[in-house]
Amino acid sequence: MKKKIKNKYILEMENVSKTFPGVKALNKVNFNLKAGEVHALVGENGAGKSTLFKILAGAYKKDEGTIILDGNEVEMTSPKHALDLGISVIYQEFNLIPNLSIAENIFIGREPRKHSAFVDFSKLYQDAEFFLEKIGMKKDPKTLVSELSVAEQQMVEIAKSLSFSSKIIVMDEPTSALTKSEKETLFKIIRELKEKNVSIIFISHIIEEVLEISDRVTVLRDGNYVGTLNATDTNPRKIVQMMVGRELKDFYPKIEVKRGEIVLEVKNLTKKSKYEDINFQLHEGEVLGFAGLVGSGKAQVMRGIFGIEPPDSGEVYIKGKKVKTNSLFETIKMKMGFVPEDRRKEGLILSRSVKDNINITKLPLINAYGFVKQKEEEKIANEYCKSLNIRTPNNKEITQNLSGGNQQKIVIAKWLAINPKILILDDPTRGIDVGAKNEIYSLINNLAKEKIGIILISSELPEIINISDRILVMREGKITHEFLRKEATQEKIMQHAALRN
Amino acid sequence: MDFKSIFKSTEFGIFIAFLAICTILSFATPNFLSVYNIFTVMKQVSFIAIISVGMTMVILTAGIDLSVGAVLGLVNVLAALFIKKFGLAPGISTALLCGTFLGFVNGIIIVKWDLPPFIVTLGMMNIARGLALVITKGWPITGLPECFGCLAEGKLIGMPVPVIIMIIVYILGYLFLSRTIWGRYIYASGGNEKATWLSGVNVNKIKVLVYTITGLLSGLAGIMLASRLSQGSPITGTGYELSVIGAVVIGGTDLMGGKGSVLGSLIGASIMGVLANGLVLLNVSAFWQQVILGLVIIIAVAGGSMRRKLSMKGEK
Repeated sequence: MKKKIKNKYILEMENVSKTFPGVKALNKVNFNLKAGEVHALVGENGAGKSTLFKILAGAYKKDEGTIILDGNEVEMTSPKHALDLGISVIYQEFNLIPNLSIAENIFIGREPRKHSAFVDFSKLYQDAEFFLEKIGMKKDPKTLVSELSVAEQQMVEIAKSLSFSSKIIVMDEPTSALTKSEKETLFKIIRELKEKNVSIIFISHIIEEVLEISDRVTVLRDGNYVGTLNATDTNPRKIVQMMVGRELKDFYPKIEVKRGEIVLEVKNLTKKSKYEDINFQLHEGEVLGFAGLVGSGKAQVMRGIFGIEPPDSGEVYIKGKKVKTNSLFETIKMKMGFVPEDRRKEGLILSRSVKDNINITKLPLINAYGFVKQKEEEKIANEYCKSLNIRTPNNKEITQNLSGGNQQKIVIAKWLAINPKILILDDPTRGIDVGAKNEIYSLINNLAKEKIGIILISSELPEIINISDRILVMREGKITHEFLRKEATQEKIMQHAALRN
Repeated sequence: MDFKSIFKSTEFGIFIAFLAICTILSFATPNFLSVYNIFTVMKQVSFIAIISVGMTMVILTAGIDLSVGAVLGLVNVLAALFIKKFGLAPGISTALLCGTFLGFVNGIIIVKWDLPPFIVTLGMMNIARGLALVITKGWPITGLPECFGCLAEGKLIGMPVPVIIMIIVYILGYLFLSRTIWGRYIYASGGNEKATWLSGVNVNKIKVLVYTITGLLSGLAGIMLASRLSQGSPITGTGYELSVIGAVVIGGTDLMGGKGSVLGSLIGASIMGVLANGLVLLNVSAFWQQVILGLVIIIAVAGGSMRRKLSMKGEK
């Protein structure tokens, strides 16, 4: 180990490179961290963020470059080694065991013992309590993790990192599953950790929150280091520009479309303890936004309308005709499409080709006596790859290998193949990079122009406000307000989404 | 399909293994590579191979069918019984219908009560085997008309009839899986059942279909075995389910569903048949044969999973 005399930074990563077969994932990337600093790492999907922090966490080995920790050059050999060096990672998918208690999860694998073979439970709970207190979590350490909300689970992960006396905590997309108030709590904890001289590497897609919480921001693009900025003297536009490598002229393009006849009418839709008395209409060429917090019931209403989880009572009319069976087989026949929130679990067959995924809704129409008309299948796939700009080597590529944005376009393509009258999009830009988001917005515009009625659910308010013609706000299973595009602001929507009058 | 993708396919890897085994055996024993012996092997393989077509479809939907051997046994008995009572053609078709019905019942229970296929078909395995024993009181049914034997022992254009039936079943199975919309749905629902359902595909119908086809093919094999032994015996096909699953798995079909082909299963069944035959020719005891077959299953699956990991690394 070489000694270096540089005390300014507790961590310096210099010229770090990593190559996977066929891909240069990182190319001479620099990253450094001061004590008690929140340093954000941003970039589009595939920019190399996760490769970089996985090298730091000992999950991958770097090909070249140096890592200097507290002035000493180190080489992380395993995740355990990285932990011992004081670096812990809170992954997007938590590493918690649901059927164990908070305390057992924090100290798993290193429970205090008595008589060498038995767990010293009283000490276990005491120690856990100590770390929970540190982050201001008022929960009994005996509580099972399965009984905790996502936000509380995250706090357990943070307590766990502290119990390793970590000096550096990496948080991978920590806010993606949190509500607004939970996010505030997280940010409060982060600020407290800063005071205790813990450094945070903060990874997120949402630029606004990155700027809110971090001191500095490092941008990566295609495995290359683009630059590091002070959060105070930059703005979201500048960062997006650095991430994308070009200026996005109009991030939220919006074309006004004259709205046509009513395509969808929902009357008194009710599902016990999910939503109640939902009434609205959707017109041809209209983009109807649904805003609301997690748990407001907006997603359940859509799943009810489409027929995934049928409602208890109420009626749905498509082009004036009543939907009788509440099943998705019927709504699809009546030309309704649904792009689910979780495209990997519900939208795509990841092991199948682009062509198979696009055509799955179309097969009943392109066969002769059950035999698939392969030329038509080919033609349809190629058409949508071209018109939606799906970037894939060819239509036989397995969808698993495509980026999130291209995967999402495939899910949309599969519904366009049935010539839909109504398209429900449940958080269509979740987890996809900035460039692809922009493309999806343009696509929504084009579909509206083709007189498709579109329902847009989103967790990002700016998206809803800028893309929708009309916005319905939901809270606790009820529609609380209706806005026209020009009236809506984030503050007004939040008032109706979060507050009881 | 271009040359490169053939080279990279799972089936190609197993085919090479198959050729290697054949080459070794033809040097090791003088009789292996004779027309007579090859037809003998193919005939022996045909019963397992025919059911493997159905099992491939079941496993592609991430299911399993443990009842194939027992259904084969029951249909075997019923065929003998019905042929004696109603005559050849009516007897065969009624017995075949019974096999199909048992498969249909498997499927219906699995989708209507939402039960794991493993459990349902395990139950069906016991029921069918039990019924076969009840009907026959444990004794074989003999005295079948002589012409019935042609089905298994006869030859057409120089080939044994079971081999011809097997080839036809494979061609149909291949076309069904790769060219029809139902084939597409089978692969899709095995790859991601929920996403397939959310695309408007009636996944339940597809599941019932694959179990029904498997019942039909098990019945077909049961009738062919009745013809071969010219009797209906309640213990026919005992343990066949494991040979059939073994053939499909050696053939590279993923037990998690969504990946595999009937071509692979045909090669898988052939590997098992050739090995069994070769070991007999080499005078290896029947007990050791079992041990070796077991090893082959594990090695084949390990090889497949290694190939998959390697190719995934290449993609990352």
